[in-house]
Amino acid sequence: MIQSPFWRSMRQNPLALFGGLVVLLLFAIALAAPLLPIRDPYSIDAGAVMEPPSLAHPFGTDELGRDVFSRVIYGSRISLWVGFVSVGIAIAIGTFLGSLAGYYGRWVDGLIMRFVDVMLCFPTFFLILAVIAFLEPSIGTIMAIIGLTGWMGVCRLVRAEFLSLKERDFVQSARALGVGHFRIIVRHILPNSLTPVMVAAILGIAGAILTESALSFLGIGVQPPTPSWGNILTSGKDNIQIAWWLSLFPGLAILVTVLSYNLLGEGLREALDPRLRGSR
Amino acid sequence: MFNYLVRRFLALIPLFFGITLISFVVIHLAPGSPIDVLADLNPKMTAEAKQRLVSYYGLDKPLHERYSQWLRRFVSLDFGVSFSPDRRPVMAKIKEALPITILINALSLLLIMVVAIPIGAYSAARPYSAFDKSLTLFVYIGFAIPTFWLALLALILFSVQLEWLPISGLKSLDYARLSLPGKVWDTVSHLILPVLLSAFGGLAGLSRYMRGSMLEVMRQEYITAARSKGLSEREVVYKHALRNALLPVVTILGLSVPGLIGGSVIFEQIFAIPGMGRLFYSGVMSRDYPLVMGILTIGAFLTLVGNLLADISYAVVDPRIRRGGQR
Repeated sequence: MIQSPFWRSMRQNPLALFGGLVVLLLFAIALAAPLLPIRDPYSIDAGAVMEPPSLAHPFGTDELGRDVFSRVIYGSRISLWVGFVSVGIAIAIGTFLGSLAGYYGRWVDGLIMRFVDVMLCFPTFFLILAVIAFLEPSIGTIMAIIGLTGWMGVCRLVRAEFLSLKERDFVQSARALGVGHFRIIVRHILPNSLTPVMVAAILGIAGAILTESALSFLGIGVQPPTPSWGNILTSGKDNIQIAWWLSLFPGLAILVTVLSYNLLGEGLREALDPRLRGSR
Repeated sequence: MFNYLVRRFLALIPLFFGITLISFVVIHLAPGSPIDVLADLNPKMTAEAKQRLVSYYGLDKPLHERYSQWLRRFVSLDFGVSFSPDRRPVMAKIKEALPITILINALSLLLIMVVAIPIGAYSAARPYSAFDKSLTLFVYIGFAIPTFWLALLALILFSVQLEWLPISGLKSLDYARLSLPGKVWDTVSHLILPVLLSAFGGLAGLSRYMRGSMLEVMRQEYITAARSKGLSEREVVYKHALRNALLPVVTILGLSVPGLIGGSVIFEQIFAIPGMGRLFYSGVMSRDYPLVMGILTIGAFLTLVGNLLADISYAVVDPRIRRGGQR
């Protein structure tokens, strides 16, 4: 895994390193949130409702007097969780269908790729909205639905990798040795096609975090009192005339997080793709 | 040319039916029914009354029968009657909302093109210049920024703090009493923020795409040839390169339609604009099957029209496609 051109390219890309660093930091914060010396994100304080940012409440308080700073910190746990699980689902489906299409070709390929075309033609956000609203809105539903509507890119990537890899000598010789289809797919081709999938996954996490925040903002995502960046923004909108801090800080958190994942993902893409290496 | 377009058009038809079929199945398989929503509102409803409603709406028939019934009606552009208390035809509701959404999206698409194409071309003509680097930065931020958040910030700044622009809706309360210029300004001022903000997301994407396409073209041999002919750099870039670089960008524009439609849900919710997005949101919330199904169909239709327009404009600007047929 640790090839020297890869690391050289990464070292020359300070933005990607910065993104990676912030991603790690966000991870640490999310995991350690219960241990941090911050207020309880659920504790209601009737005496401190809608207070602007101060030393005691760096991001102010919301309509129930809860500390917005700790709600934003706890919101990062939701975002990471949704990001990873939904991308995991998308990768699983995309890899499965993509390898079938690429390996078997012919009508299997035709059928799967037409299905991909149809899925890509949907205004995805409409579909997500329709499904989520008909189900009970919950974090599990969100993760499932973001995953189920986000696998098409991965499917195309994996298929393309399979198409070129299956003609290569090492696959042909495995076949000549009588290795079964399943084993060829899983042990020989798949491991060689995972690099672009990894990059797509990191960029996908960023997209999933954005979608989750939009859904929670519309009130059909993570439900209060569980803090998520999107639903804090909803109360920001409801109190737009009086409390700017409810709108500003959660959005900044989304921006920084998504930006970091994108920088890391793009950096990895350049570092892993010999054609792009040194092109910057 | 004609053959090419007919072929592209025919390819869209199965796609369209695939989309409506998936929408139909997804919506109807989801648990919870509109009758439950009605029953929640009216706890005195008897089991009998419920049953009557179920058969009235045809909810007791098997799924494939309902879909074929829906299809038969759809052919005559009849999406049925909305489940909501006003019992109006879905088509009438869509007719009110659609022009508003199309207007806003068309304006923002126009804005995207007018701004993104020159920016992308300019920065590709001077790669790694200060301008190009700030474009890259802008693109990264544009991709990462939740546009609904940006909308909130813009509202706080321009509508709450500065009070320059109205906070929501399409018309002021005193619209009827305004003079003509007053009316025009009223509409414009209500549209500024929604249009600017829904353009923002696409702006980053398209300028980056334009830059990439332009860089690709600048590497071609005919550009070297044009340069060696002694043409000025200006002519090389803006006459020879730009035209060819626009080709793939045209396609992307057509493909960006689903994103714009999806985004309208959020923007119309934030700015309280009575368009398709808001209609869809309310339909989804009240489990109004015919309405949701109707809007999904129209959305799919618009997407396919976007695809087709992309194909057509591609064929218009690129003679290779017109003659060769296959892409």
